[in-house]
Amino acid sequence: MFVRSLNKLASPRYFYILAGRLVPWIGVVCVVLVLIGLYWGLVIAPADYQQGDSYRIIFIHVPSAWMSLFIYMVMAVCSAIGLIWHIKLAEVVAISSAPIGASFTFLALATGSLWGKPMWGTWWVWDARLTSELLLLFLYFGVIALYNAIEDKRVASRAAGILAIVGVVNIPIIHYSVQWWNTLHQGPTVTKFDTPSIDISMLIPLLIMAVAFKLYYVVLVLMRSRREMLLRERNTKWVQDLVEVQ
Amino acid sequence: MSLSEFFHMGGYAFYVWASYGLALVVLIANVLVSVWQHKKLIAYFQGKGRRARRTL
Repeated sequence: MFVRSLNKLASPRYFYILAGRLVPWIGVVCVVLVLIGLYWGLVIAPADYQQGDSYRIIFIHVPSAWMSLFIYMVMAVCSAIGLIWHIKLAEVVAISSAPIGASFTFLALATGSLWGKPMWGTWWVWDARLTSELLLLFLYFGVIALYNAIEDKRVASRAAGILAIVGVVNIPIIHYSVQWWNTLHQGPTVTKFDTPSIDISMLIPLLIMAVAFKLYYVVLVLMRSRREMLLRERNTKWVQDLVEVQ
Repeated sequence: MSLSEFFHMGGYAFYVWASYGLALVVLIANVLVSVWQHKKLIAYFQGKGRRARRTL
């Protein structure tokens, strides 16, 4: 029963229809959460006693950085599933995730820079956290470039998938970099096995924004995967029927 | 808190608003590009279908 419904879900046509129905609903929830998170983070939350109002960049910076790692892991796991079981949906989700992950990595780096300038006095330092996050951006670019360079999309998925899986070694390096090396970047304040060293009035909007960003990724990956699925299935009857009626 | 105080962000206006603005632009551009690519692909398929029928 479970396997059968899973097979149905992974069937390209069923996925295309279901994802198309889900996108607007998740999108609405995402927008509402963003608006609540923005109001809470920019208006309700108090200024920081050390950093003043500049700390408010945290509500963009930290969720973006979390998403850059999370999306990479989704991409790598889907690539592995695609390589092992040849499930088309996994391959499609993997490659559709790459540009979204690259966007969040770019945002984490750029907002980090905009936060670093007033707080550290510099836009950039070549320390472990920043360098490994930059490497993550190049890994995303590498996956996208490799995929686009190969004509046969099934072969392209395998090649890009292997690169994505190899790049996973960078993920723990990014996460633990602030503990392993001395760096300008502050240590973890939320994700540690202790009470988070961030006040609840700032933690709540941070978590709301984190959930909103996660939903944004879900919406975007469904949208991109639908297109990728159409492209790959262009010679099947269901795609030709679908194109006819539209 | 007055509106001008809000926009002033305790003197960090440039850094804070640049961060939020950049995020807004990148996230919205991603959505628009995805919608546009999807429409373009369907239009391409439809054009191709019509061409194929004409040649029959």
